Amino acid sequence: MAAGTGNGRTISGTFAAVRGWLLLPSWLTIGFFLLIPVLLMLVYSFLTKEFRGGVIWEFSLSAYDQFLFDRGLFGDDPPRIEWTYITIFGRSIAQAGGATLFCLLIGFPTAFFIATRSSHTKVIWLFLITIPYWVNLLIRTVSMKFLIRDNGPLNEGLLWLGILDDPVKLINTNFAVQLGLFYSYLPFMVLPIYASVERYNFVLSEAASDLYAPKWVILRRIIIPAVSPGIIAGCILVFVPSLGAFLAPDLLGGAKTFMIGSLIEEQFKGNAGNWPFGAAASMILLSLVLIVLTFYARAQSRDQV
Amino acid sequence: MIASDQISAVTLRDVRKTFGDFTALDDVSFDIADNEFFTLLGPSGCGKTTLLRMIAGFESTSSGTIHLYGDEIAELPPNKRPVNTVFQNYALFPHMTVTQNIAFGLQMLGWSRSEVDARVREMISMVKLDAFVARKPSQLSGGQQQRVALARAMAPRPKVLLLDEPLSALDLKLRQDMRSELKRLQRETGITFVFVTHDQEEALSMSDRVAVMSAGTVQQIGSPAEVYNKPENRFVADFIGETNLLEARADKVQGDTVTCTLPDEGILLAKTNHAVVPGQAGTLSLRPERMTLLSEKPQDDCLKGHLKDMTFLGTDTQFEIQLDNTLTLNVRHQNSDGNELQIQSGQPVYIRIAPNAARFLVS
Ligand SMILES: Nc1ncnc2c1ncn2[C@@H]1O[C@H](COP(=O)(O)OP(=O)(O)OP(=O)(O)O)[C@@H](O)[C@H]1O
Ligand SMILES: [Mg+2]
Repeated sequence: MAAGTGNGRTISGTFAAVRGWLLLPSWLTIGFFLLIPVLLMLVYSFLTKEFRGGVIWEFSLSAYDQFLFDRGLFGDDPPRIEWTYITIFGRSIAQAGGATLFCLLIGFPTAFFIATRSSHTKVIWLFLITIPYWVNLLIRTVSMKFLIRDNGPLNEGLLWLGILDDPVKLINTNFAVQLGLFYSYLPFMVLPIYASVERYNFVLSEAASDLYAPKWVILRRIIIPAVSPGIIAGCILVFVPSLGAFLAPDLLGGAKTFMIGSLIEEQFKGNAGNWPFGAAASMILLSLVLIVLTFYARAQSRDQV
Repeated sequence: MIASDQISAVTLRDVRKTFGDFTALDDVSFDIADNEFFTLLGPSGCGKTTLLRMIAGFESTSSGTIHLYGDEIAELPPNKRPVNTVFQNYALFPHMTVTQNIAFGLQMLGWSRSEVDARVREMISMVKLDAFVARKPSQLSGGQQQRVALARAMAPRPKVLLLDEPLSALDLKLRQDMRSELKRLQRETGITFVFVTHDQEEALSMSDRVAVMSAGTVQQIGSPAEVYNKPENRFVADFIGETNLLEARADKVQGDTVTCTLPDEGILLAKTNHAVVPGQAGTLSLRPERMTLLSEKPQDDCLKGHLKDMTFLGTDTQFEIQLDNTLTLNVRHQNSDGNELQIQSGQPVYIRIAPNAARFLVS
């Protein structure tokens, strides 16, 4: 992004000569593991599908056509918009948005709390936040499923305490998926906000308070604008992977909560798949993410006067 | 009800502040009058900022009371106190323009848009920032930021303005300009200023009264001339201006005049603030600029010594004189035409001490 080249120019002349070589490993990594696979997907999305998975090297737009249009059973009706996949897409955005909101609501106070501890206890809190992430995501999601199922510990506990009369139905709902995504990506929200709050000068809060601002106005008009880079970064870091996630929707959701990540996953799994279709769906998802990021970059560069 | 010009702006009674087992302020009591330019002066770490923060409400008192125009303020949070602060590093809101910074307090007080606009314009012309209204703090020089901080704090017409070393980040020239500027603003607005500094020149040049602080206690309160000319104790004499401190013993006491004998050497008359009894040990404070150096022995009483060292200081030259006993004295001599002193190192010199130059201090 723009910020990267901007920083590059400020490096002193001493390093100018070797700079290209120092960056070589990064470029190789990005090229091999990012650009080439994405280009491959782009190419695949324009090929013809082979029935047992794989592709035939023949140009075709049918993957995109299938995603966007409904041409009837035999393909000769006048084309209408195909809503199935667009609905899945819309649902994915809503789910990812919900998870991001959840993460923000819980992550902001958490990050704020940690950043205002003494430097000794801060380290402990940060460590505690990351502990669950030493365990594989699949296992964490399965345990979540176990926790919230109809006769799982959560429901049993609430029943036992007398808070509930009947078990509440959580599993296979949108809420369960958002909960799963929230749990998967919370640290990505907490850490960037923590870094911003850490740099925040609390004398500004005192100054605002001195100028008659009540607490919540200080939060809204002084603290949040000051830490907004962290908030935006956190939202992107949660929203983007949530959009393409398939573990949480697969394990915690049902047919009604099918998300774009699962759709893509299915196209490449086993013999039933359709590689060009999966590639096309990936490309559409990628474009969407890039549009969001472009808006973010624009907003960022506008703020930096 | 008492008329407002008789009631103190700030009243501190036995105010104490402890951090753990460290006592930052030790039973401080004094009054700050309405419309006064009051300065807290003291070395780093003596508790000036802590005291200011307790008046502003950022810090609670460990014991004692603070009254603001007769009202006890212990229970009021900072945003409910009719007091504004100019912070040491200004603490301007970085994402707001100059105008927005100055308007903030007024908006919080619920002023109408037109009132806010009018007041902001007034403040901006008062601190001469008209060309910079749309800039963010990061686009301003230190001096300009300082003016914004001042305008922001004065805009809501606080009853008391607290200033925590507002000039310390500026260069010497700007600092001197801002002194008269601040004094002018204080006089024009009639706001009570409580000004914190560790720079004694700043304190002496601006204040109506100065409180000299040391290690959490107030050593002396008085006008600049009082604290300079009639220091209460060794600390004040030493901290404000330059002085020579000599051990001495009172021989005769007559009213506020003490006759002392220096070890092995002449007799000296000194004034004192204290009730001194003959035979009492104390300290003499001799201001370097109150003594005259002579190369010829005069008729009247004087001390004899020889030149040890001299330092040229621009307006003055400082001479270090070794007395015939073990003492050394610093003497200042003004450099003006026809006033040149021709003395060589090692040559005998005579020091004449003016009648009111010496102070006898008991602590
Ligand atoms: N929050 C705190 N916790 C512990 N000690 C503190 C705290 N705040 C201040 N102190 C101590 O109280 C004493 C007075 O501090 P204060 O900031 O009032 O000094 P100051 O007179 O303003 O000094 P300076 O001229 O350096 O600003 C210092 O010794 C300081 O270490
Ligand atoms: Mg201080």
